[in-house]
Amino acid sequence: MTNLCGLTTKQVTLGIKNRDFSAEEYICQILDRIEKIDVKINAFITVDKKGALQKAQLIDRKIHNREQNIGPLAGVAVGIKDNINTNGLNTTCASKMLKDYVSPYDATTVKRLRESDAIVVGKLNLDEFAMGSTTEFSNNGPTHNPWNIDYVAGGSSGGSAASVAALECAVSLGSDTGGSIRCPASFCSVVGLKPTYGSVSRYGLISYANSLEQIGPIGKTVSDVAMVMNAIAGKDDNDYTTLEWVPKYTLHPTKKNIRVGLVKQLVEGADQAISKCIYNAMDLFSKLDFECEEISMNSIRYSLPSYYTIAMAEASSNLARYDNIRYGFDLNPDGYEWNTYFSKVRSNFGQEVKRRIIIGSYVLSAGYYGKYYLKAQMLRSLLKRELKSFFKQYDILIAPTMPVLPFKIGEKIDDPLKMYLIDIDTVIANLSGIPAMSIPAGFHNDLPIGLQIMANELQEQTILDAAMLFEKASNIQRSPDL
Amino acid sequence: MILAANIGLEIHCQLTALQSKLFCSCYSDYRDKTPNNNVCPICSGLPGSLPLLNQKAVELAGMVSLALGCKVPDKIMFYRKNYFYPDLPKNFQLTQYNSYGITSIGVDGKLDYDGSKKAVIRRVQLEEDPGRLIYENNNNNANSYTLIDYNRAGVALIEIVTEPNFTDPKHVRMFLNKISSVVQHLGVCDTKLEGSVRCDANVSIGSKRKVEIKNVNSFKEVEKALSYEITRQNTMSLHDIEIKAETRHWDDLRKITKQARTKEEEQDYRYFPEPDIPTIILGNEFLSSLKAIMPELPDERKIRFVTDYELSEHMAQVLIENKEMSDFFELAVSIYSSPKEIANSIITDLMAFIDDSEQKASILSGLKIEPKHVADLVKLVDQNTINRNTAKMILKQIIKTGEMPSQLVIKTNASKIDDTGAIAEAVESIFIREKSAVIDAKNNPNVANFLLGKVMQLTRGRADPKIALNLITRKLTESN
Repeated sequence: MTNLCGLTTKQVTLGIKNRDFSAEEYICQILDRIEKIDVKINAFITVDKKGALQKAQLIDRKIHNREQNIGPLAGVAVGIKDNINTNGLNTTCASKMLKDYVSPYDATTVKRLRESDAIVVGKLNLDEFAMGSTTEFSNNGPTHNPWNIDYVAGGSSGGSAASVAALECAVSLGSDTGGSIRCPASFCSVVGLKPTYGSVSRYGLISYANSLEQIGPIGKTVSDVAMVMNAIAGKDDNDYTTLEWVPKYTLHPTKKNIRVGLVKQLVEGADQAISKCIYNAMDLFSKLDFECEEISMNSIRYSLPSYYTIAMAEASSNLARYDNIRYGFDLNPDGYEWNTYFSKVRSNFGQEVKRRIIIGSYVLSAGYYGKYYLKAQMLRSLLKRELKSFFKQYDILIAPTMPVLPFKIGEKIDDPLKMYLIDIDTVIANLSGIPAMSIPAGFHNDLPIGLQIMANELQEQTILDAAMLFEKASNIQRSPDL
Repeated sequence: MILAANIGLEIHCQLTALQSKLFCSCYSDYRDKTPNNNVCPICSGLPGSLPLLNQKAVELAGMVSLALGCKVPDKIMFYRKNYFYPDLPKNFQLTQYNSYGITSIGVDGKLDYDGSKKAVIRRVQLEEDPGRLIYENNNNNANSYTLIDYNRAGVALIEIVTEPNFTDPKHVRMFLNKISSVVQHLGVCDTKLEGSVRCDANVSIGSKRKVEIKNVNSFKEVEKALSYEITRQNTMSLHDIEIKAETRHWDDLRKITKQARTKEEEQDYRYFPEPDIPTIILGNEFLSSLKAIMPELPDERKIRFVTDYELSEHMAQVLIENKEMSDFFELAVSIYSSPKEIANSIITDLMAFIDDSEQKASILSGLKIEPKHVADLVKLVDQNTINRNTAKMILKQIIKTGEMPSQLVIKTNASKIDDTGAIAEAVESIFIREKSAVIDAKNNPNVANFLLGKVMQLTRGRADPKIALNLITRKLTESN
């Protein structure tokens, strides 16, 4: 039997539909691979063998009976970041606080994936409550980079990117608050998309910073990502912030003469090897007859402080509900007065989460709201305005996804400021709500480099078009030998 | 020297007219349900849930705002009020906040009450109710644990905040009655349901520090708590003791306020806009559609009572302060059209039997009287079958039994004695019994009334007083 784990989404669905192999055969190979490989990678927090096999058998029966209602993602193995609710399966946020938490409902994205006949194989590792850029801040230990297991996988959706790169699932869902999909996609040489704010439902995504984050797909190829987007995106009555529209992305690039703006500050601010790689990418775009220009973005220098102010403020409030009263972990309240019990419970958050809750509470406190939170929101509007004017002249903006190459596990963990700084390239899309993708652009010293492509609100198709053309022309390796 | 008090109010009314809670589709009616059954991921604050705004709640709150003379802004927003308390599933409350721009459903209103008094409304805001803490033992210290019922969590509330312009606790109570009547007339809040209306007050004397009073269960108790607090603060001031800015709870049993255990005044609520509910644009269309469906308000009803039924200002005022009484009145009038007499009977006789100190399903609950009874009774008086005194006694009887007055009159032989012969007989016997009074009558004209009273007593109030008085006066003149 051939190795099915490396197949793309399209190949899996076609293979199963054409009966080249059964969904069960495919999923068994995936589950075997997880069992074999994941001890090295640590991408999964929970593997749902039983559920995955049952769903595979159900799909096989549908195919066998020649039923009409076979979903567009039939049989595809998907992993779900463990801050997205899955009915009946643990959703832990990689936190001690939710160690044994089982959600009574599916997130809308998970529900839509299931309805498309995708197979949920398990839940993926992340930084606790998605707060981090390396997946080191996890109660389950760090996820290792499949390209070099001594290195970080990026974060916070480290498990989502590493599992796809390590062929433990075909595609995965991540969430991106300040780069959490794109950063690990870049570090693991896979494709990750942060969709337009409001294009994908957040219902069932455990909030870190509501006004910034979106759920998005990670896949080996651009078409993987597009197919998942077709399944998950669109208006959801359970999420007021979703936009009124129906997604339909095509896998065949339609737009050819794309105007490209390269964000100079971000390229210059990156490691030399990365800058070089991005300039090469621009050259490649030029060869594809794209119009390329360098641009200078003034509001960039405000983006990081403004991002962290807003994110931490929202986080401090979002995480207040974890008081171990209605759900949580085992901690007997006997003999405690409410306030003392509460403090005792809350001491179980990890260091990074505590840090963000404290800073977030501070920036919202009386007398500081105007100084920090309000100012951050004003800077956010400023950035939005500047981007708006750029998108009159350019269809896409390109930049590095990360200013640095993947680094060793433990290397930056004691320096939170340094860690925050590496989000400089990605937070722009979250602050402004625009879609942004990271796509493999090359390697340096065998470590992946990602190219970031941004477009105007709801212009995901333009990103997909450019990315598909780039993908074909560049032909960068997607999965390492393990 | 007694220092003048300044009193401000925060009144919470549940929008009991709603079917579902403010941000989810759970039932709004949480009463008498198995604890923690009336909940869903949203109102119990489960991870990943998002609030969905109940549009109808915005409409109802908009109606209240208009009724209280408030401006309704073009756009409204929700804010998170962050504080930790076990009855709050998310450890923040979704509410409205005006410090960073006016975005609450109503602002800058005024409401007349008790005829000519005016209260200034600072704002009306829409917010969610927390859950309920339940202590098994009335004595707090005897409880080793607290039970929490989240069935109420997320129920829609409007909070009405007044300027601290009240000076007299009595006026506060009148104002609260008026607010109650307004929300009843709008049909947004059934104020008779336990816990559907709650009032916190703040009070300061002179220009000293403000004291918050919480935990007051009825309007009557609000008045008492405020009076107590004003006395307490004045006594302290008299003895040069500093008045602290603090929160005090009303002790219902001992009728005193006492310091709350927690230092609530130091809370920093870290308000910020709720990111999951985008700004709601209301606009002119919203306002005009609201105005179109606004029911009659108490003040409009008062004018109608005066013009249509020719009631006095005072009578109309008393009736409209209570929607149930106004409705009772109009129903009775629809059965027998004698508005003035019916209003009179309700206000002077029936209302004496009403005890509104406690909240119950109806202020008439326990009383077996219905509009048809009052209509029938007034008809009997109008037809001279019974006199007013008898009517009063019959009313007392109906309240207990629910019998129709006309039948009761036949049963008890209570109809008025208008037979001159029978009354003359009674007068005769009183003149024999009260000889000295009859002699006094020469110098004292009041004796006639005294004798009349005796005659009425003898006939158990059934004698027609006009005929009796005529007979008495004639007989006195004769004997002189």
